[in-house]
Amino acid sequence: MITQNETAVKSSQWFTACKVEDVVENGGVCVKYGNEQIALFYFTRRNEWYATQNECPHKKQMALSRGMIGTKNEEPKVACPFHKKTFSLVTGQCLSGDACSIKTYPVKVENGFVYIDVSH
Amino acid sequence: MRVVVVGNGMVGYKFCEKLVTKNLPNLHITVFGEEQYPAYDRVHLSEFFNGKNVSDLSLAPLAWYKEKNIELHLGDPVQYIKPSVKLLHTFKGYIKHYDILVLATGSSAFVPKIEGIEKDGVFLYRTVEDLHLIRSYAPKAKKGTVIGGGLLGLEAAKALLDLGIQDTHVIEFAPRLMPRQLDETGSEMLMTTLTQLGLTIHTSTNTSRIVGDECITGLEFADGSSIETDILVISAGIRPRGELAIDCGLETGMNEGIVVNSRMQTSDSSVYAIGECALYNEMIYGLVAPGYEMAEVVVGEICKMFDASATAKLFTGFDMSTKLKLVGTDVASFGDPFANGENIRNIVLKDTVKGVYKRINVSADGKYLLGGVLVGDASQYNMLLQTCRNKILLPPHPEDLILPAREAQKEEGAGVQALPGDALICSCEGVTKDAICQSVTEHGCETVDAVKKCTKAGTGCGGCLPMVKDLMVYTMKQQGKYIRNVLCEHFNYSRQELFDLIRLHELKTYDAVLDQLGKGDGCEVCKPAVSSLLASLWNEMVLKKGNDTAQDSNDRFLANIQKGGTYSVVPRIPGGEITPEKLIAIGQVAQKYGLYTKITGGQRIDMFGAHVSDLPLIWSELIAAGFESGHAYGKALRTVKSCVGSTWCRFGLQDSVSFAIRVEERYRGLRAPHKIKSAVSGCIRECAEAQSKDFGIIATEKGWNLYVCGNGGSKPQHALLLATDLDDATCLRYIDRFLMFYIRTADPLTRTATWLNKMEGGINYLRNVVINDSLGMATQWEEEMQALVDAYRCEWKTAIETPEIKKRFVHFINAPEEKDPTVQFEILREQKKAANWK
Ligand code: SRM
Ligand SMILES: Cc1cc2nc3c(=O)[nH]c(=O)nc-3n(C[C@H](O)[C@H](O)[C@H](O)COP(=O)(O)OP(=O)(O)OC[C@H]3O[C@@H](n4cnc5c(N)ncnc54)[C@H](O)[C@@H]3O)c2cc1C
Ligand code: SF4
Ligand code: FES
Repeated sequence: MITQNETAVKSSQWFTACKVEDVVENGGVCVKYGNEQIALFYFTRRNEWYATQNECPHKKQMALSRGMIGTKNEEPKVACPFHKKTFSLVTGQCLSGDACSIKTYPVKVENGFVYIDVSH
Repeated sequence: MRVVVVGNGMVGYKFCEKLVTKNLPNLHITVFGEEQYPAYDRVHLSEFFNGKNVSDLSLAPLAWYKEKNIELHLGDPVQYIKPSVKLLHTFKGYIKHYDILVLATGSSAFVPKIEGIEKDGVFLYRTVEDLHLIRSYAPKAKKGTVIGGGLLGLEAAKALLDLGIQDTHVIEFAPRLMPRQLDETGSEMLMTTLTQLGLTIHTSTNTSRIVGDECITGLEFADGSSIETDILVISAGIRPRGELAIDCGLETGMNEGIVVNSRMQTSDSSVYAIGECALYNEMIYGLVAPGYEMAEVVVGEICKMFDASATAKLFTGFDMSTKLKLVGTDVASFGDPFANGENIRNIVLKDTVKGVYKRINVSADGKYLLGGVLVGDASQYNMLLQTCRNKILLPPHPEDLILPAREAQKEEGAGVQALPGDALICSCEGVTKDAICQSVTEHGCETVDAVKKCTKAGTGCGGCLPMVKDLMVYTMKQQGKYIRNVLCEHFNYSRQELFDLIRLHELKTYDAVLDQLGKGDGCEVCKPAVSSLLASLWNEMVLKKGNDTAQDSNDRFLANIQKGGTYSVVPRIPGGEITPEKLIAIGQVAQKYGLYTKITGGQRIDMFGAHVSDLPLIWSELIAAGFESGHAYGKALRTVKSCVGSTWCRFGLQDSVSFAIRVEERYRGLRAPHKIKSAVSGCIRECAEAQSKDFGIIATEKGWNLYVCGNGGSKPQHALLLATDLDDATCLRYIDRFLMFYIRTADPLTRTATWLNKMEGGINYLRNVVINDSLGMATQWEEEMQALVDAYRCEWKTAIETPEIKKRFVHFINAPEEKDPTVQFEILREQKKAANWK
C-alpha cells in the first residue's frame, strides 16, 4: 500500500477511481468524480501515485491528465500539453514561475484498486 | 533613513532593486505608484497582444517587495510635495515624511491639441490600462489610424494590424518616418516594407480635426483631405510628468522635464529625479537604459551618505542607439546616424529588391565608426554599436562591415574577441564584456540562461542576447571547453551523442535509454527528444508500450490538441492530389462527427473539433476510404506540395505531381529533430514554393534542381541550391543523405535552416558531405534510410488494430463512453469553432 499523504487519513473519504491496470505507466488518466475531473498519475518508475485537478489554471483547459510527467530536481511534476507550464505533483505549485497552482488529492492503492481522497 | 519613491514604473523599480542589494542599515523604502499593477516591462507592452498578461510582464511579484521590506502603495498617486518640510500627500490620504525623495514619474503620451480628441475610440499607448481599452474597442473597428510615425507609433500600428484591423494608417507630421532615427533613404525603404505589411503611410500630414458624433469616424487634415477611421491611437511623442515638481516649485525646463544635475539632484538637494521625467542637459532620455543608469547614480549617492568614502558615478549623458522591435522588418540606428560633411565618409548599401538599406558614417581617415542606420537587416547592429561606442579601429575596408557575409566565411561569434573588456554589452543592465566572460570562467556558467541569471545581461530588452551567446561560446572555446548542448538535467549528453549511444547499445524504449544513459525520472524536454531519436533510428510504432507516455502529448494521441481539448485530424494527401471519391469520404466523415473543415496551407484538409474518444472511429472510416495518417502532430515529414506541372500546365517541364507523390510516399512518417516539409515545382515560376521548404525541388529542362534548408514561419529563409539537373534516382539519393545527416546531427527542435546557419562552412560544407561524400557516410545513410522506408506503417492503422492502444483514447478512465462535458463550441459561418480561452 502506498499513501502519499499520511496526515489526511483521519478524515479521509476514499473514492474508488479505477483499477491499477487501467492507468498508463508513467503517465496520467482522467477520473470522473461527480462533476469534478481529477487527473491521476502513475509514476511507475518511482512506484508513486499522485492526483490533481484536471484543469490547467493557465487557460482553464481540461488537459493535465494528458500531460507528460517527470521530475525537476527530484520533485515530481506534470507539464500541461497546451503551453508546457509545469506543476509540482506534490504541492500543486506552478514550477514555471506563474502565480497559479493546482489542487492535489491523496491517493492510495489497495488490492489492485486505486482510491482518491476527495474529502477536501 | 526614509527613502520615498514616487512612481513604480520601470526606472522606479530598478532603483529599488539596485538599492536593496546594498544592504544599507536602517533604510526604509516606501513606493507610491499611480497604476494598479506593480512595475511591469513597458518595453514589451505590445506583447500583451500576443497572449502575454500583466503577470508575464511583471518585473517582480508583490511578494518580492514584501520580502525586501519595501512598503508599496499601488493605485495611490502622490498629490503634492512640500520640500520645505520634507513631506508629501497622497490621493488616498497618506502623509509621508522623507529624508530622500526620488521622483520616477516617467512620462505620458503627448496629446496634441486637435479638435474632437475627446471622442470615443481615441486612445493612448502607454500603460496596460490603455491596451485593455484598445483591445476591448478593437473588435468594433475595421479601419484604424495611428498619429505618429516614430518608434512607438509604428509599434502601435503593428499592434492594430495584429488585432485584426487590416486597414491601418499611420499619420506622420514630418516628411519621413522615424525622423529622429532614420535618414531619408532609410525612411523610404522602411515605408516600402511597411506598406507591404499592410500599413498605409501618410507623411507630411497634419491632422486638423477628429470627426464623428460620439465615436470617432474619421480624420481631417490641414490640406483639406480626410480619411475614415473607427479607432485612433495617438503616439505623437512623450511628455515628461513634471506636474508634481512644478507645483512645489522645483526647477523644470522644456516640456515640464524636471531639471537635474549629473548627480540626478533637482533644485532641492533632497529630491532626485530619474527616468523619463528627468531633464539632463536639456535632454529627455526616452529609453530604459539611460533611466537604469540614472537609478544607479542615485543609489551611489545614497551609499555615499552612509559611507563617505564610497565613490558614486555621475551621469554624463547616454547613447540613444535603438533597434526597433517591429516584427516583419529590422530597423536600427546608432551613434550619430546623420553625420555628414567634409570630414565624414558615408558608406551606403542599398538593395531595393530585398528592402535593405545600410549606411555607416566613418571618420574621413577611415579609422572610426561614428554612427549609422540599418533598415531591413540589422543583424550586424550589436557589433556595429560596439565598434562605434568603443572606438575600435576599423579594418582597411570598412565597407565589409555592412556587406552581407559571404556564406563560406560566416563564422559564429566572429568579432567579439576584438572588443575591449569594458565594452558595454547589455546597456539596459550595464553589463560589460568582462562581466560576461567572468560568469563563464569564474562562475561556471555554460548556458545563456545561466549567464543571464548570473549577470542579469539580456534581462531587459533582450537585444544583446545574440552577442551574449557569442561571448559565452567564445570564452568557453578559449578555455578549451568542448561546446555541447546537453539535453536537460536528466541527460548529460547532446542529442547527437545520444543518437550514437542509443544506436550502439540498440536501446528501444525511453525507459531503457534513461536507465542506461541518464539519471532521475525524465521530463517534458528529454522525453520527446529521446522518443524522436528512437523513432528516427528504428521507426517502430511510437505508441508501443513503454514508449507511449514518453511521447509529446500530440504524438501520444496521434493528433494535435487544440483549444478546448479537442483534436484535429489531418489525413495524408500526397502532393495535394485527391480524387473526388476521397473528397466525398472526407466530407462524410466530417459531417458524421461534427468536424470543422478547412483547406490547409499545406495542400490538404484539416478537420478540427474531434473528441478524443471519436479519434479511433474517425480514423477507422478514413482508413477504410484509403487514407493514412498525415503526421500533422509529429516532428516528422509533413507535406510535399506540388504544382500541377507538365501534365496540364503549358509551362511545365517535368511531371511535378508524380514526383511529389513519390517523394512524399518515400519519406512519410520519417521522424526528425523538427518537422520537415518539401515541395516540387514544375518550372522556375515556382508555384509550389519549393524554395521555402526544408528541401525543395524545381524542374529544369534536364531534370531537377535540388534546394535545401529553406524555412517559412516567423523567420523566413530561402532554400539554397544544392545540386542541379539531377535525374529522379540521384535526386532521391541526395535527399536520403541530406535528411540522414540532418537527423543525426541537429539539436532538438531545430529546423534545417537553423541547423545550416550554425554549421561551420555552411552550404559548401553541406554540399561536400552530401554530394562528394566527404564524411564517407553516404552508403550507410542510404541504407539506413531504406530501412526506415521499409519499416513504414501507418500509425493510425496500427492504433485502431491494437486493442490496448485503441482503448487509451477515452476522456474518463472510469466512464469511457462519456465525452468531456466542458468542451464547448460556438457557431461561425455555418461551422463550429472552439469557444474562446476563458
Ligand atoms: C493547419 C495549418 C494552417 C492552415 O489552416 O492552413 C497549420 C497549423 C498549425 N501549424 Fe503551421 N500550419 C499549416 C501550414 C504551415 C506553413 C505553410 C506550409 O507548410 O506550406 C508554415 C510555414 C512553412 C514552414 O513551416 O517553414 C507553417 C509554419 C508553422 C510553424 C513555424 C515553423 C518555423 O520553423 O518557424 C509552427 C510552429 C512549430 O512548428 O514549432 C507551426 C505550427 C502549427 C500548429 C501545429 C500549431 C499547434 O501546435 O497547434 C498548427 C496545428 C493545426 C492542427 O491542429 O492541425 N506552423 N505552418 C497548415 C497545415 C499544413 C498541413 O497540411 O500540414
Ligand atoms: C509601447 C512602448 C514601447 C517602448 N519600447 C521601448 C524600447 O524598445 N526600448 C526602450 O529603451 N524604451 C522603450 N520604451 C520606453 C520605456 O518604456 C521607458 O523609457 C521607461 O518605461 C521609462 O521608465 P520610467 O520609470 O521613467 O517611466 P514609467 O515606466 O512610465 O513609470 C512611471 C510611473 O510613475 C507613475 N506616476 C506618475 N506620476 C505619479 C504620481 N504622482 N504618483 C505616483 N505614481 C506616479 C506612472 O503611473 C508610471 O507607472 C517603450 C515605451 C512604450 C510605451
Ligand atoms: S495555424 Fe499556424 S499561423 Fe495560424 S494560429 Fe496556428 S500556428 Fe499560428
Ligand atoms: S492551458 Fe495549460 S499551459 Fe496553457
